[in-house]
Amino acid sequence: MEKIGILEGREKQVYEKKGDSAAIDIKCETTSLSGSVSQRACVFCGSRVVLYPVADALHVVHGPIGCAAYTWDIRGAVSSGPELHRLSFSTDLKEMDVIYGGEKKLHQSLTELIAQYQPKAAFIYSTCIIGLIGDDIDAVCKKVSQETGIPVLPVHSEGFKGTKKDGYKAACDSLMKLVGTGSTEGIGKYSINILGEFNLAGEAWIIKKYYEEMGIEVVATMTGDGRVDDIRRSHGASLNIVQCSGSMVKLAKMMEEKYGIPYLRVSYFGIEDMSMALYDVAKHFSDNPTILDAAKKLVNREVSELYPRLQHFRQALEGKKAAIYVGGAFKAFSLIKALNSVGMSVVLAGSQTGNKDDYEGLKEMCEEGTVIVDDSNPVELSKFVLEKEADLLIGGVKERPIAYKLGIGFCDHNHERKIPLAGFVGMYNFILEVYNSVMSPVWQFAPRKGGLS
Amino acid sequence: MEREALTINPAKTCQPIGAMYAALGIHGCLPHSHGSQGCCSYHRSTLTRHYKEPVMAATSSFTEGASVFGGQANLVSAIDNIFTVYEPDVIAVHSTCLSETIGDDLKQISTKAKDDGKVPEGKYVIHAATPSFVGSHVTGYANMVQAMAEQFAESTGNKLDQINIVAGWMEPADMREIKRLAKEIGVKIQLFPDTSDVLDAPQIGKHVFYPKGGISIPDLKSTGDSKYSIGLGCFSGEPGAIALEKTCKVPFQTEDLPIGLRATDRFLTALAKAAGVKIPDSITDERGRLVDVMTDMEQYFDGKKVALFGDPDQLIPLTEFLVDLNMKPVHIVSGTPGKRFEQRMQAILSETVPDANIKNGPQADMYLLHQWIKNEPVDLLIGNTYGKYIARDEDIPFVRFGFPILDRIGHSYFPSAGYMGGLRLAEKILGVLMDRQDRDAPEESFELVM
Repeated sequence: MEKIGILEGREKQVYEKKGDSAAIDIKCETTSLSGSVSQRACVFCGSRVVLYPVADALHVVHGPIGCAAYTWDIRGAVSSGPELHRLSFSTDLKEMDVIYGGEKKLHQSLTELIAQYQPKAAFIYSTCIIGLIGDDIDAVCKKVSQETGIPVLPVHSEGFKGTKKDGYKAACDSLMKLVGTGSTEGIGKYSINILGEFNLAGEAWIIKKYYEEMGIEVVATMTGDGRVDDIRRSHGASLNIVQCSGSMVKLAKMMEEKYGIPYLRVSYFGIEDMSMALYDVAKHFSDNPTILDAAKKLVNREVSELYPRLQHFRQALEGKKAAIYVGGAFKAFSLIKALNSVGMSVVLAGSQTGNKDDYEGLKEMCEEGTVIVDDSNPVELSKFVLEKEADLLIGGVKERPIAYKLGIGFCDHNHERKIPLAGFVGMYNFILEVYNSVMSPVWQFAPRKGGLS
Repeated sequence: MEREALTINPAKTCQPIGAMYAALGIHGCLPHSHGSQGCCSYHRSTLTRHYKEPVMAATSSFTEGASVFGGQANLVSAIDNIFTVYEPDVIAVHSTCLSETIGDDLKQISTKAKDDGKVPEGKYVIHAATPSFVGSHVTGYANMVQAMAEQFAESTGNKLDQINIVAGWMEPADMREIKRLAKEIGVKIQLFPDTSDVLDAPQIGKHVFYPKGGISIPDLKSTGDSKYSIGLGCFSGEPGAIALEKTCKVPFQTEDLPIGLRATDRFLTALAKAAGVKIPDSITDERGRLVDVMTDMEQYFDGKKVALFGDPDQLIPLTEFLVDLNMKPVHIVSGTPGKRFEQRMQAILSETVPDANIKNGPQADMYLLHQWIKNEPVDLLIGNTYGKYIARDEDIPFVRFGFPILDRIGHSYFPSAGYMGGLRLAEKILGVLMDRQDRDAPEESFELVM
């Protein structure tokens, strides 16, 4: 095989588990090297994915057309009602706006749009050049808010001001301005908010149903199938449940500080983590034992139904190897457990934006020889997939064709998943998808696997 | 809704993605986005969704510091890193709204990188300014193609018996078809950019960072010695042909993208004339087959109203083809600005559809198109994937054509250009119209033979 190198200066962002080595010394939470073919995105992207599912809000991208065009309805965050979030609104700034400023244009756009669509709130995303030309979007938002009577919230998501994670923070800051502005009347004691769940392929509905079955009231899901009014009264909930470590822990922390609402970190992927996500909440409400009883009953029912169905796959998948490259490292934990549960091993685990603790956790979970990478690129991913002879790659849109070119199976565990992968049913769907892809007859035609070359 | 400021559901995107696509048409080239990481990520994702292929491109990964102090250090170190690890033959740098606004001068920075010894012997850095707040993705494509011509073409004084074809924005399949046609006619051409065998690469069991396609550097350099250039598309191809005339005195003419019967006729006539050859019978037969289908199926096209949207260079010959099929293009929208669009459209439609709605540039978006269609319904919608919302809302037969197509395959493998491309377009249009007729036909008039 041809030798494939690692980008100079990136050696410290790649770690291979060997023996019982000391603490992992992986370099992470840094900006990408200039010139790398990074799979990462920007601050704006982070804000956009977090806020996008709020379906009855207006989402206006303030900047040249591209940022709005590339984020137009690309995420399957489904809504049970309004679908305003699926339209693309842009101030479409031109050269003259860059010279003279775009505040006037923004003001006019907002006025026109709010009159037309009567949204419950508006999010105004700042893009790279807004940060440079100095538009005071806070002032414009404030003015429009006064004129129209709806919350108009600036999102400080200038692309260059950090990584995608900083975009999550900016989104949380905006959401926090909504939280606490609605009435909490009628919200019971056993109530939660679901944070960091974006209702891709209807996943939030599955999770919400579980909690409701346990007798727990879900005040707001943030932001999947999100509604402005729910968010405004979400400070009335007793507990925040945070999934997807990166994106919304900050909001949970802010709500804890301001409203004294504790939070729990959970994952809804895989049997183990899904069950934990229900039990942890039940334990939090331990003064009401019926909740725990209901949780046990639910888990029992779901697992006893699911377990036999998974065995069929286990036979085929036992010993197959997976490579995982995802946005946030927290998801990788769940995926490793889920894959292990059907006999698959993980030979590469990486993320775009993990931190030291995440990677330490990954190291603990992984087997000998597993490669752990931060902010990887196609060359490295190909290298490790080939060297470690992976049968499956789990990633997002930019990773998919690489897997196919290498002649291995692929599963999108990112924006483009088409079926729910969360919850017990999601575990079945996930393993089914993995099974279908890994076991497909098409790979035999790839020259590397013995097809004609 | 009366609008003065905003764009709703755009019928365009920004310049850099066009520059990235064009740069992929040079063999061994790594496109480089001089801006924030997100730009590069979005462009790669969009191109990947359209082509179902890996798309390689690097980024300067701007940070706050770079935005204050300028991106020179980022770009110089990027160039150094890229040549060290990814070993391309060429880095094609394009700017973004961010680097343009802070005033980075790509030419000066590229020169500095070279002076500092960051560009190895025999390797190249080319650059194109592609501010996102000017024009559209089409402009960005044209700017990068122009940069290729300006920065590679050499005039040695030794004229070569070859014709340059400056490809406007086309699919790899179309570029492949143009090469096939030229070969069939017996003309040596230099087609650039050429994304065939780059973005329609075969499965070979490994990920090839630089697929085998793309025009080679020696070929690109030789375009300065060609005896003639044909620029395809006045928006996306002509600027490259003009650049060759300016820098190397290669005379040129501009033709439409060869989409449909007459545009293909004009292109092939121009090519044969420039090369001093005759169109062979094999091509005349291809043409005859297209005309045969147009006449055989004429009754199904007659008078059908069409709404179309996309990029000017595609829409101009497509509209002409639709008119030749006796269809009525009544609503036409392109987000790309430029006066020549409306002029050409009016010339094509003035006799047959004099009151057609035509708009391009600011506020020419999908929202406007939808309003027009609501006011005057159509029988067919033609455009990129974003048309599917309107097609569903208004229950209109829909043919996918243009960029991006995110939900179907075929566009990168089967040409829309040339006579064979015309046949494919006719087949696709007939397919959706006839499916609709079958779907809506009452039992008694549901026909077996059509």
